[in-house]
Amino acid sequence: MLSSGIVASESATPHEEGKQDIKTEIKAYIGHHIQDSYDFNLFELDGKHIGFPLPVILWDNGLHVFLSSHFHGGESVAESKGNYYIVSHNKIYKTDAAGSLSFDSNHHALNAKPLDFSITKNVFMILVVSLLMLWMFSGMAKSYKSNNGLPKGIGRFLEPIVLYIKNDIAIPNIGEKHYKKYMSYLLTVFFFVWIVNLFGLTPLGVNVTNNIAVTFTLAILTYLITTFTAKKDYWMHIFWMPGVPAPMKLVLAPIELLGTIIKPFSLMIRLYANITAGHIVMMSIIGLMFIFKNWVGSSLSFFLAFVLSILELLVAALQAYIFTMLSALYFGSASEEHHHEEHH
Amino acid sequence: MEIPKIVGAGLIVIGAGIGIGRIGGSAMEAIARQPDATGKIQTAMLIAAALIEGIGFAALFAVGD
Repeated sequence: MLSSGIVASESATPHEEGKQDIKTEIKAYIGHHIQDSYDFNLFELDGKHIGFPLPVILWDNGLHVFLSSHFHGGESVAESKGNYYIVSHNKIYKTDAAGSLSFDSNHHALNAKPLDFSITKNVFMILVVSLLMLWMFSGMAKSYKSNNGLPKGIGRFLEPIVLYIKNDIAIPNIGEKHYKKYMSYLLTVFFFVWIVNLFGLTPLGVNVTNNIAVTFTLAILTYLITTFTAKKDYWMHIFWMPGVPAPMKLVLAPIELLGTIIKPFSLMIRLYANITAGHIVMMSIIGLMFIFKNWVGSSLSFFLAFVLSILELLVAALQAYIFTMLSALYFGSASEEHHHEEHH
Repeated sequence: MEIPKIVGAGLIVIGAGIGIGRIGGSAMEAIARQPDATGKIQTAMLIAAALIEGIGFAALFAVGD
């Protein structure tokens, strides 16, 4: 009822073109938000970007280090030791003093790209979260010593979570015998993903787990740990599945081998897609406010955004949990020892 | 080419939705029968739902590119 009323009142408005403009603007804004960037923009005021620049580090026959403010928000050419660089579609290209770029038919720039080691927004946030975690957990560890084995301050909040990961994720999935060597990775990945996801819900516009490179790295870590701690039984279950007829073993081997790659791949896609989808839906709902421009649309958008924020709060923790849980499951299958081969 | 892609992705998402719905419903029933095993059932439910969700997202990606 409510939504049909809004649609009816909107289709009657004469400013069709103005509406189209704001829609493309919102689309561009969302597209910009889910990408990495060379500056840390907090907000935009009267067409000016308020934020701070981050260092750009390039390797182009020599090291080039300068602040991203030299790009002036991606609009001008930055000069470093006689070389000129320009940002196009969020990538740095080598150019001349005039900033000319040549494009192919798909509108991709053809200029040479220097090797890019820049501290971008995502890298900056990863460093911030790492330092935050170092501070939180080293403080927690120290408080056990100074307080007769009881945590103090933030440790009181963290201790039950650490215990939960140990008792409900690590031990049931990996087993009493081997779980200890995996605990450090499981705890790190859980808290890292969780805190980074929570930062993504703040108005800072952080989006580290929206970047497929970040989730790729996390998934690769799980894959490497699984592969390099795997015991004999794990490889036997892949290449020569016990308890099935011999022709079947030949069919199963490639499938199982493929499965070892699909598992981390699905970890990567799941985290990336969940967080990206959440951000896009959230920003679209907030964008409704600017499309409707009346009290019904605004209050609807506010209400939906509020409810979605609470859901995203759950998703932030749930995705961290699922990532840790499935990692623990894979580690469990890698370190399992079978003493009951005859039952297969 | 666009329309079959979108319809296919839609079908996969419907399938994933039905799948996750069934998992959730069955887990509810199981918890009602065995309230003591709530923790274990929830864990198994979340893992199964997460695996299906992966398929759903893969479909969305296919249509997004």
